[in-house]
Amino acid sequence: MIDIKNISKWYGSFQVLTDCTTTINKGDVVVVCGPSGSGKSTLIKTVNALEPIQQGDIVVDGTSITDKKTNLPKLRSRVGMVFQHFELFPHLSITDNLTLAQIKVLGRGKDEALKRGLKMLDRVGLSGQKDKFPGQLSGGQQQRVAIARALSMDPIVMLFDEPTSALDPEMVGEVLDVMVGLAHEGMTMMCVTHEMGFAKRVSNKVIFMDAGKIVEDCSSADFFGKPEERSPRAKDFLSKILQH
Amino acid sequence: MALTLDYSFLAPEVVRTNIVPGLVYSLELTLVAMAVGVVIGTLVALMRLSSIKAFQRFATVYVDALRSIPLLMVILWFYLLIPPGFYAAIAGQFGLDHRAEFSAVITFSIFEAAYYSEIMRAGIQSVSRGQVNAGYAVGMTYAQCMKLIVLPQAFRNMLPVLLTQTIVLFQDTSLVYAIGAYDFLKGFLTVGQIYNRPAEILLPAAAAYFILCFGLSMLVRRLQAKIQIIR
Repeated sequence: MIDIKNISKWYGSFQVLTDCTTTINKGDVVVVCGPSGSGKSTLIKTVNALEPIQQGDIVVDGTSITDKKTNLPKLRSRVGMVFQHFELFPHLSITDNLTLAQIKVLGRGKDEALKRGLKMLDRVGLSGQKDKFPGQLSGGQQQRVAIARALSMDPIVMLFDEPTSALDPEMVGEVLDVMVGLAHEGMTMMCVTHEMGFAKRVSNKVIFMDAGKIVEDCSSADFFGKPEERSPRAKDFLSKILQH
Repeated sequence: MALTLDYSFLAPEVVRTNIVPGLVYSLELTLVAMAVGVVIGTLVALMRLSSIKAFQRFATVYVDALRSIPLLMVILWFYLLIPPGFYAAIAGQFGLDHRAEFSAVITFSIFEAAYYSEIMRAGIQSVSRGQVNAGYAVGMTYAQCMKLIVLPQAFRNMLPVLLTQTIVLFQDTSLVYAIGAYDFLKGFLTVGQIYNRPAEILLPAAAAYFILCFGLSMLVRRLQAKIQIIR
Protein backbone atom coordinates (compact mmCIF):
# COMPACT_ATOMS: atom_id res chain seq x y z
CA MET A 1 0.00 0.00 0.00
CA ILE A 2 2.93 2.33 0.74
CA ASP A 3 6.15 1.86 -1.17
CA ILE A 4 9.04 3.99 0.02
CA LYS A 5 11.77 3.72 -2.57
CA ASN A 6 15.31 4.92 -1.93
CA ILE A 7 14.32 8.32 -0.60
CA SER A 8 16.83 10.95 0.51
CA LYS A 9 16.18 14.37 1.95
CA TRP A 10 18.36 17.34 2.84
CA TYR A 11 17.79 20.45 4.91
CA GLY A 12 20.25 22.70 3.12
CA SER A 13 23.48 20.73 3.16
CA PHE A 14 22.41 18.55 6.11
CA GLN A 15 21.15 15.15 5.07
CA VAL A 16 18.22 14.04 7.25
CA LEU A 17 17.21 10.93 5.31
CA THR A 18 19.62 8.66 3.45
CA ASP A 19 18.39 6.13 0.94
CA CYS A 20 15.40 4.86 2.95
CA THR A 21 13.45 1.96 1.48
CA THR A 22 10.55 -0.01 2.93
CA THR A 23 7.14 -1.35 2.08
CA ILE A 24 3.96 -1.24 4.12
CA ASN A 25 1.20 -3.65 3.16
CA LYS A 26 -2.52 -3.35 3.72
CA GLY A 27 -3.35 -4.16 7.32
CA ASP A 28 0.22 -3.74 8.54
CA VAL A 29 0.85 -2.02 11.84
CA VAL A 30 4.36 -0.62 11.54
CA VAL A 31 6.22 1.00 14.40
CA VAL A 32 9.04 3.36 13.54
CA CYS A 33 11.47 3.84 16.42
CA GLY A 34 14.97 5.07 17.06
CA PRO A 35 16.84 7.73 18.97
CA SER A 36 15.74 11.34 18.70
CA GLY A 37 17.04 13.12 15.65
CA SER A 38 17.22 9.88 13.69
CA GLY A 39 14.69 11.10 11.10
CA LYS A 40 11.62 9.12 12.21
CA SER A 41 9.24 12.08 12.19
CA THR A 42 10.68 13.37 8.94
CA LEU A 43 10.22 9.96 7.34
CA ILE A 44 6.56 9.69 8.32
CA LYS A 45 5.88 13.23 7.09
CA THR A 46 7.31 12.40 3.68
CA VAL A 47 4.63 9.74 3.21
CA ASN A 48 1.89 12.37 2.75
CA ALA A 49 4.36 14.87 1.29
CA LEU A 50 4.21 17.32 4.18
CA GLU A 51 7.99 17.12 3.89
CA PRO A 52 9.22 17.10 0.29
CA ILE A 53 11.94 14.65 -0.73
CA GLN A 54 14.81 15.37 -3.07
CA GLN A 55 15.55 11.83 -4.21
CA GLY A 56 13.63 8.61 -4.60
CA ASP A 57 9.88 8.12 -4.70
CA ILE A 58 6.96 7.13 -2.50
CA VAL A 59 3.93 5.40 -3.93
CA VAL A 60 0.79 5.48 -1.81
CA ASP A 61 -1.99 3.17 -3.02
CA GLY A 62 -0.69 3.36 -6.58
CA THR A 63 -0.14 7.14 -6.59
CA SER A 64 3.38 8.56 -6.73
CA ILE A 65 3.86 11.60 -4.49
CA THR A 66 6.70 12.95 -6.65
CA ASP A 67 4.67 12.85 -9.86
CA LYS A 68 3.95 16.46 -10.85
CA LYS A 69 0.47 15.41 -12.00
CA THR A 70 -0.47 14.02 -8.60
CA ASN A 71 -3.16 15.97 -6.79
CA LEU A 72 -1.47 16.07 -3.37
CA PRO A 73 -4.43 17.51 -1.42
CA LYS A 74 -6.59 14.67 -2.76
CA LEU A 75 -3.98 12.08 -1.83
CA ARG A 76 -3.59 13.56 1.66
CA SER A 77 -7.35 13.50 2.21
CA ARG A 78 -7.12 9.68 2.07
CA VAL A 79 -4.18 9.48 4.46
CA GLY A 80 -5.05 10.20 8.09
CA MET A 81 -2.42 11.88 10.21
CA VAL A 82 -2.15 12.39 13.96
CA PHE A 83 0.43 14.84 15.29
CA GLN A 84 2.50 15.01 18.44
CA HIS A 85 0.88 18.30 19.44
CA PHE A 86 -2.66 17.28 18.38
CA GLU A 87 -3.13 20.32 16.11
CA LEU A 88 -6.87 20.53 16.53
CA PHE A 89 -8.14 23.82 15.13
CA PRO A 90 -8.43 25.95 18.29
CA HIS A 91 -10.90 28.46 16.82
CA LEU A 92 -13.44 25.75 15.98
CA SER A 93 -15.67 23.61 18.18
CA ILE A 94 -15.02 19.88 18.39
CA THR A 95 -17.93 19.27 16.02
CA ASP A 96 -16.54 21.74 13.48
CA ASN A 97 -13.08 20.20 13.83
CA LEU A 98 -14.61 16.86 12.88
CA THR A 99 -16.75 18.07 9.98
CA LEU A 100 -14.78 20.92 8.36
CA ALA A 101 -12.56 18.85 6.06
CA GLN A 102 -15.32 16.35 5.30
CA ILE A 103 -17.45 19.22 3.99
CA LYS A 104 -14.79 21.39 2.36
CA VAL A 105 -12.45 18.68 1.06
CA LEU A 106 -14.62 15.60 0.48
CA GLY A 107 -17.70 17.63 -0.43
CA ARG A 108 -19.96 15.76 1.97
CA GLY A 109 -23.24 17.31 3.05
CA LYS A 110 -23.49 18.85 6.50
CA ASP A 111 -25.73 16.12 7.92
CA GLU A 112 -23.64 13.30 6.54
CA ALA A 113 -20.43 14.89 7.84
CA LEU A 114 -21.95 15.46 11.25
CA LYS A 115 -23.23 11.89 11.44
CA ARG A 116 -19.85 10.48 10.47
CA GLY A 117 -17.93 12.85 12.75
CA LEU A 118 -20.08 12.12 15.81
CA LYS A 119 -19.84 8.39 15.16
CA MET A 120 -16.05 8.66 15.26
CA LEU A 121 -16.21 10.88 18.33
CA ASP A 122 -18.33 8.25 20.03
CA ARG A 123 -15.79 5.65 19.00
CA VAL A 124 -13.03 7.45 20.88
CA GLY A 125 -15.41 7.80 23.83
CA LEU A 126 -15.92 11.56 23.77
CA SER A 127 -19.51 12.09 22.57
CA GLY A 128 -20.20 14.36 25.50
CA GLN A 129 -17.55 16.87 24.41
CA LYS A 130 -18.92 17.70 20.98
CA ASP A 131 -19.83 21.31 21.72
CA LYS A 132 -16.64 22.22 23.53
CA PHE A 133 -13.54 23.86 22.12
CA PRO A 134 -10.16 22.08 21.92
CA GLY A 135 -8.68 24.27 24.66
CA GLN A 136 -11.28 22.99 27.10
CA LEU A 137 -10.15 19.37 26.77
CA SER A 138 -7.22 17.55 28.34
CA GLY A 139 -4.27 16.54 26.19
CA GLY A 140 -5.40 12.93 26.00
CA GLN A 141 -8.91 13.98 25.02
CA GLN A 142 -7.58 16.34 22.37
CA GLN A 143 -5.48 13.60 20.87
CA ARG A 144 -8.47 11.25 20.77
CA VAL A 145 -10.48 13.95 19.00
CA ALA A 146 -7.57 14.34 16.57
CA ILE A 147 -7.77 10.61 15.84
CA ALA A 148 -11.54 10.90 15.36
CA ARG A 149 -10.99 13.84 13.00
CA ALA A 150 -8.61 11.77 10.89
CA LEU A 151 -10.95 8.75 10.92
CA SER A 152 -13.92 10.87 9.82
CA MET A 153 -12.21 11.20 6.44
CA ASP A 154 -12.33 7.40 5.97
CA PRO A 155 -8.58 7.10 5.42
CA ILE A 156 -6.94 4.09 3.78
CA VAL A 157 -3.97 4.39 6.14
CA MET A 158 -3.26 6.24 9.40
CA LEU A 159 0.04 7.93 10.20
CA PHE A 160 0.85 8.62 13.85
CA ASP A 161 3.72 11.00 14.58
CA GLU A 162 4.66 10.47 18.24
CA PRO A 163 1.01 10.62 19.32
CA THR A 164 1.70 10.15 23.02
CA SER A 165 4.98 12.07 23.46
CA ALA A 166 3.35 15.34 24.50
CA LEU A 167 0.93 13.72 26.95
CA ASP A 168 0.96 13.44 30.71
CA PRO A 169 1.84 9.83 31.58
CA GLU A 170 -1.63 9.03 32.88
CA MET A 171 -3.21 10.02 29.56
CA VAL A 172 -1.01 7.85 27.39
CA GLY A 173 -3.16 4.79 28.02
CA GLU A 174 -6.41 6.23 26.72
CA VAL A 175 -4.78 7.20 23.42
CA LEU A 176 -2.99 3.87 23.04
CA ASP A 177 -6.27 2.04 23.72
CA VAL A 178 -7.84 3.79 20.74
CA MET A 179 -4.83 2.90 18.59
CA VAL A 180 -4.91 -0.74 19.67
CA GLY A 181 -8.60 -0.87 18.80
CA LEU A 182 -7.87 0.51 15.35
CA ALA A 183 -5.09 -2.00 14.78
CA HIS A 184 -7.36 -4.90 15.75
CA GLU A 185 -9.92 -3.72 13.21
CA GLY A 186 -7.33 -4.09 10.49
CA MET A 187 -6.45 -0.43 9.89
CA THR A 188 -3.12 0.03 8.12
CA MET A 189 -0.99 2.08 10.51
CA MET A 190 2.44 3.64 10.57
CA CYS A 191 3.40 4.89 14.03
CA VAL A 192 6.44 6.80 15.15
CA THR A 193 6.47 6.04 18.85
CA HIS A 194 8.61 5.27 21.86
CA GLU A 195 5.88 3.06 23.33
CA MET A 196 7.68 -0.28 23.10
CA GLY A 197 4.85 -2.08 24.88
CA PHE A 198 2.53 -1.02 22.07
CA ALA A 199 5.14 -2.02 19.49
CA LYS A 200 5.56 -5.45 21.05
CA ARG A 201 1.88 -6.23 21.51
CA VAL A 202 0.27 -4.67 18.46
CA SER A 203 2.72 -4.08 15.63
CA ASN A 204 3.71 -6.73 13.13
CA LYS A 205 6.70 -4.83 11.80
CA VAL A 206 9.36 -2.59 13.29
CA ILE A 207 11.54 -0.06 11.50
CA PHE A 208 14.53 1.11 13.50
CA MET A 209 16.23 4.29 12.35
CA ASP A 210 19.51 5.92 13.20
CA ALA A 211 21.15 8.99 11.68
CA GLY A 212 18.66 9.21 8.83
CA LYS A 213 19.02 5.59 7.76
CA ILE A 214 16.73 2.62 8.17
CA VAL A 215 18.94 0.26 10.19
CA GLU A 216 16.40 -2.48 10.91
CA ASP A 217 13.28 -3.40 8.99
CA CYS A 218 11.90 -6.66 10.33
CA SER A 219 8.90 -8.34 11.91
CA SER A 220 8.25 -7.22 15.45
CA ALA A 221 8.52 -10.82 16.61
CA ASP A 222 12.10 -10.88 15.33
CA PHE A 223 12.89 -7.38 16.59
CA PHE A 224 11.92 -8.14 20.15
CA GLY A 225 12.34 -11.92 20.16
CA LYS A 226 15.75 -12.34 18.55
CA PRO A 227 17.89 -9.53 19.92
CA GLU A 228 21.06 -11.43 19.04
CA GLU A 229 20.32 -10.97 15.33
CA ARG A 230 20.01 -7.19 15.63
CA SER A 231 22.57 -4.61 14.60
CA PRO A 232 24.80 -3.21 17.37
CA ARG A 233 22.99 0.14 17.22
CA ALA A 234 19.58 -1.46 17.68
CA LYS A 235 20.89 -3.73 20.44
CA ASP A 236 22.19 -0.69 22.26
CA PHE A 237 18.86 1.10 21.85
CA LEU A 238 16.86 -1.92 22.99
CA SER A 239 19.08 -2.52 26.01
CA LYS A 240 18.54 1.06 27.10
CA ILE A 241 14.78 1.21 26.73
CA LEU A 242 13.84 -2.33 27.76
CA GLN A 243 15.79 -2.31 31.02
CA HIS A 244 13.11 -0.50 32.94
CA MET B 1 -5.51 88.08 21.47
CA ALA B 2 -7.00 86.55 24.58
CA LEU B 3 -9.15 83.44 24.46
CA THR B 4 -12.81 83.96 25.15
CA LEU B 5 -13.91 80.73 26.77
CA ASP B 6 -17.56 81.25 25.98
CA TYR B 7 -18.97 78.45 23.89
CA SER B 8 -22.55 79.60 23.76
CA PHE B 9 -22.19 79.91 19.97
CA LEU B 10 -21.84 76.12 19.77
CA ALA B 11 -25.58 75.52 19.68
CA PRO B 12 -27.02 72.08 18.82
CA GLU B 13 -28.26 73.40 15.50
CA VAL B 14 -24.77 74.68 14.64
CA VAL B 15 -23.23 71.33 15.57
CA ARG B 16 -25.80 69.44 13.53
CA THR B 17 -25.39 71.42 10.35
CA ASN B 18 -21.62 71.97 10.41
CA ILE B 19 -19.91 69.35 12.52
CA VAL B 20 -22.02 66.19 12.21
CA PRO B 21 -21.59 65.94 8.40
CA GLY B 22 -17.84 66.19 8.97
CA LEU B 23 -17.97 63.43 11.58
CA VAL B 24 -20.00 61.25 9.26
CA TYR B 25 -17.42 61.69 6.50
CA SER B 26 -14.50 61.01 8.88
CA LEU B 27 -16.16 57.79 10.05
CA GLU B 28 -16.94 56.76 6.48
CA LEU B 29 -13.37 57.43 5.47
CA THR B 30 -12.07 55.41 8.43
CA LEU B 31 -14.38 52.44 7.87
CA VAL B 32 -13.83 52.23 4.12
CA ALA B 33 -10.06 52.63 4.50
CA MET B 34 -10.09 49.93 7.18
CA ALA B 35 -12.17 47.48 5.14
CA VAL B 36 -10.25 47.99 1.91
CA GLY B 37 -6.94 48.34 3.77
CA VAL B 38 -7.38 45.03 5.60
CA VAL B 39 -8.29 43.21 2.38
CA ILE B 40 -5.39 44.65 0.37
CA GLY B 41 -3.14 44.37 3.42
CA THR B 42 -3.96 40.66 3.82
CA LEU B 43 -3.20 40.04 0.15
CA VAL B 44 0.08 41.96 0.44
CA ALA B 45 0.97 39.98 3.58
CA LEU B 46 0.27 36.70 1.76
CA MET B 47 2.46 37.89 -1.12
CA ARG B 48 5.21 38.83 1.27
CA LEU B 49 5.07 35.37 2.86
CA SER B 50 4.70 33.51 -0.43
CA SER B 51 7.50 31.47 -1.92
CA ILE B 52 7.28 33.33 -5.23
CA LYS B 53 10.14 35.84 -5.42
CA ALA B 54 8.30 38.41 -7.57
CA PHE B 55 5.39 38.54 -5.09
CA GLN B 56 7.78 38.95 -2.17
CA ARG B 57 9.60 41.80 -3.87
CA PHE B 58 6.42 43.62 -4.86
CA ALA B 59 5.04 43.37 -1.32
CA THR B 60 8.28 44.53 0.26
CA VAL B 61 8.53 47.55 -2.03
CA TYR B 62 4.86 48.41 -1.46
CA VAL B 63 5.15 48.32 2.31
CA ASP B 64 8.58 49.95 2.60
CA ALA B 65 7.76 52.74 0.16
CA LEU B 66 4.49 53.75 1.77
CA ARG B 67 5.85 53.50 5.29
CA SER B 68 8.75 55.77 4.39
CA ILE B 69 6.68 58.62 2.99
CA PRO B 70 4.72 61.02 5.22
CA LEU B 71 0.98 60.47 4.90
CA LEU B 72 0.37 64.16 4.29
CA MET B 73 2.53 64.00 1.18
CA VAL B 74 0.71 60.96 -0.15
CA ILE B 75 -2.61 62.73 0.40
CA LEU B 76 -1.39 65.76 -1.55
CA TRP B 77 0.07 63.67 -4.36
CA PHE B 78 -3.05 61.64 -4.89
CA TYR B 79 -5.15 64.77 -4.91
CA LEU B 80 -2.91 66.83 -7.18
CA LEU B 81 -1.49 64.23 -9.53
CA ILE B 82 -4.52 62.16 -10.40
CA PRO B 83 -6.60 63.86 -13.09
CA PRO B 84 -10.17 64.74 -12.11
CA GLY B 85 -11.34 62.63 -15.03
CA PHE B 86 -10.33 59.53 -13.07
CA TYR B 87 -12.70 60.34 -10.23
CA ALA B 88 -15.43 61.24 -12.71
CA ALA B 89 -14.90 57.89 -14.43
CA ILE B 90 -15.39 55.80 -11.29
CA ALA B 91 -17.86 57.96 -9.37
CA GLY B 92 -19.51 60.20 -11.97
CA GLN B 93 -20.61 63.67 -10.93
CA PHE B 94 -20.17 62.67 -7.27
CA GLY B 95 -16.48 62.12 -7.92
CA LEU B 96 -16.11 65.58 -9.42
CA ASP B 97 -18.11 67.43 -6.77
CA HIS B 98 -16.39 65.68 -3.92
CA ARG B 99 -13.01 65.21 -5.49
CA ALA B 100 -11.08 65.87 -2.27
CA GLU B 101 -13.24 63.53 -0.19
CA PHE B 102 -13.08 60.84 -2.85
CA SER B 103 -9.36 61.18 -3.34
CA ALA B 104 -8.81 60.83 0.42
CA VAL B 105 -10.76 57.55 0.53
CA ILE B 106 -8.53 56.03 -2.14
CA THR B 107 -5.36 57.42 -0.58
CA PHE B 108 -6.14 56.13 2.89
CA SER B 109 -7.18 52.70 1.63
CA ILE B 110 -3.91 52.23 -0.21
CA PHE B 111 -1.76 53.84 2.48
CA GLU B 112 -3.27 52.01 5.44
CA ALA B 113 -2.99 48.69 3.56
CA ALA B 114 0.77 48.94 4.09
CA TYR B 115 0.32 49.12 7.86
CA TYR B 116 -2.45 46.52 8.00
CA SER B 117 -0.33 44.17 5.90
CA GLU B 118 2.44 44.20 8.49
CA ILE B 119 -0.10 43.48 11.23
CA MET B 120 -1.58 40.62 9.19
CA ARG B 121 1.88 39.28 8.45
CA ALA B 122 2.61 39.09 12.17
CA GLY B 123 -0.81 37.48 12.67
CA ILE B 124 -0.25 34.85 9.99
CA GLN B 125 3.19 34.07 11.41
CA SER B 126 1.68 33.71 14.88
CA VAL B 127 -0.21 30.64 13.64
CA SER B 128 2.08 27.63 14.08
CA ARG B 129 3.45 25.55 11.24
CA GLY B 130 1.72 22.57 12.87
CA GLN B 131 -1.69 24.12 12.19
CA VAL B 132 -0.81 24.57 8.54
CA ASN B 133 0.39 20.95 8.37
CA ALA B 134 -2.83 19.79 10.03
CA GLY B 135 -4.82 21.65 7.37
CA TYR B 136 -2.78 20.09 4.57
CA ALA B 137 -2.97 16.65 6.22
CA VAL B 138 -6.76 16.59 5.98
CA GLY B 139 -6.47 17.40 2.29
CA MET B 140 -6.87 21.16 2.19
CA THR B 141 -5.32 23.21 -0.59
CA TYR B 142 -3.15 26.24 0.21
CA ALA B 143 -6.12 28.55 -0.34
CA GLN B 144 -8.45 26.49 1.88
CA CYS B 145 -5.81 26.21 4.57
CA MET B 146 -5.33 30.00 4.60
CA LYS B 147 -9.03 30.81 4.48
CA LEU B 148 -10.30 28.22 6.96
CA ILE B 149 -7.40 27.69 9.36
CA VAL B 150 -4.72 30.38 9.27
CA LEU B 151 -6.52 33.67 8.56
CA PRO B 152 -9.36 33.18 11.09
CA GLN B 153 -6.77 32.57 13.80
CA ALA B 154 -4.53 35.38 12.55
CA PHE B 155 -7.48 37.83 12.62
CA ARG B 156 -8.42 36.79 16.12
CA ASN B 157 -4.87 37.11 17.38
CA MET B 158 -4.45 40.47 15.72
CA LEU B 159 -7.90 42.03 16.16
CA PRO B 160 -6.88 44.31 19.05
CA VAL B 161 -3.88 45.59 17.08
CA LEU B 162 -5.98 46.00 13.93
CA LEU B 163 -8.56 48.05 15.81
CA THR B 164 -5.92 50.15 17.56
CA GLN B 165 -4.43 50.91 14.16
CA THR B 166 -7.92 51.90 13.04
CA ILE B 167 -8.21 54.37 15.90
CA VAL B 168 -4.90 55.90 14.82
CA LEU B 169 -6.31 55.96 11.30
CA PHE B 170 -9.34 57.89 12.52
CA GLN B 171 -7.06 60.52 14.02
CA ASP B 172 -4.97 60.64 10.85
CA THR B 173 -8.03 61.39 8.76
CA SER B 174 -7.81 64.94 10.12
CA LEU B 175 -4.87 65.41 7.72
CA VAL B 176 -7.32 65.71 4.84
CA TYR B 177 -7.71 69.38 5.82
CA ALA B 178 -4.68 69.84 3.53
CA ILE B 179 -6.79 69.15 0.45
CA GLY B 180 -9.88 70.85 1.79
CA ALA B 181 -12.00 67.74 2.34
CA TYR B 182 -14.88 68.34 4.74
CA ASP B 183 -14.09 66.08 7.69
CA PHE B 184 -14.72 66.18 11.44
CA LEU B 185 -11.94 68.72 12.14
CA LYS B 186 -12.94 70.86 9.17
CA GLY B 187 -16.45 70.96 10.62
CA PHE B 188 -15.10 72.50 13.82
CA LEU B 189 -12.81 74.88 11.94
CA THR B 190 -15.72 76.04 9.79
CA VAL B 191 -17.78 76.86 12.86
CA GLY B 192 -14.76 78.71 14.29
CA GLN B 193 -14.59 80.80 11.17
CA ILE B 194 -18.30 81.57 11.03
CA TYR B 195 -18.32 82.78 14.65
CA ASN B 196 -14.83 84.25 14.52
CA ARG B 197 -13.44 81.94 17.21
CA PRO B 198 -10.69 80.08 15.28
CA ALA B 199 -8.56 79.38 18.38
CA GLU B 200 -11.31 78.61 20.87
CA ILE B 201 -12.92 76.01 18.63
CA LEU B 202 -9.79 73.81 18.85
CA LEU B 203 -10.51 72.93 22.48
CA PRO B 204 -13.93 71.31 21.90
CA ALA B 205 -12.49 69.70 18.76
CA ALA B 206 -9.71 68.10 20.77
CA ALA B 207 -12.18 67.02 23.45
CA ALA B 208 -14.41 65.42 20.82
CA TYR B 209 -11.51 63.49 19.27
CA PHE B 210 -10.33 62.42 22.72
CA ILE B 211 -13.71 61.16 23.86
CA LEU B 212 -14.25 59.19 20.64
CA CYS B 213 -10.78 57.65 20.48
CA PHE B 214 -10.46 56.94 24.19
CA GLY B 215 -13.92 55.39 24.25
CA LEU B 216 -13.04 53.17 21.30
CA SER B 217 -9.78 52.11 22.98
CA MET B 218 -11.77 51.01 26.01
CA LEU B 219 -14.10 49.02 23.77
CA VAL B 220 -11.14 47.32 22.10
CA ARG B 221 -9.82 46.29 25.49
CA ARG B 222 -13.17 44.72 26.39
CA LEU B 223 -13.43 43.00 23.05
CA GLN B 224 -9.94 41.60 23.43
CA ALA B 225 -10.94 39.72 26.56
CA LYS B 226 -14.06 38.41 24.85
CA ILE B 227 -12.70 37.03 21.60
CA GLN B 228 -9.55 35.39 22.88
CA ILE B 229 -9.22 31.80 21.69
CA ILE B 230 -9.39 29.39 24.59
CA ARG B 231 -6.05 27.65 24.92
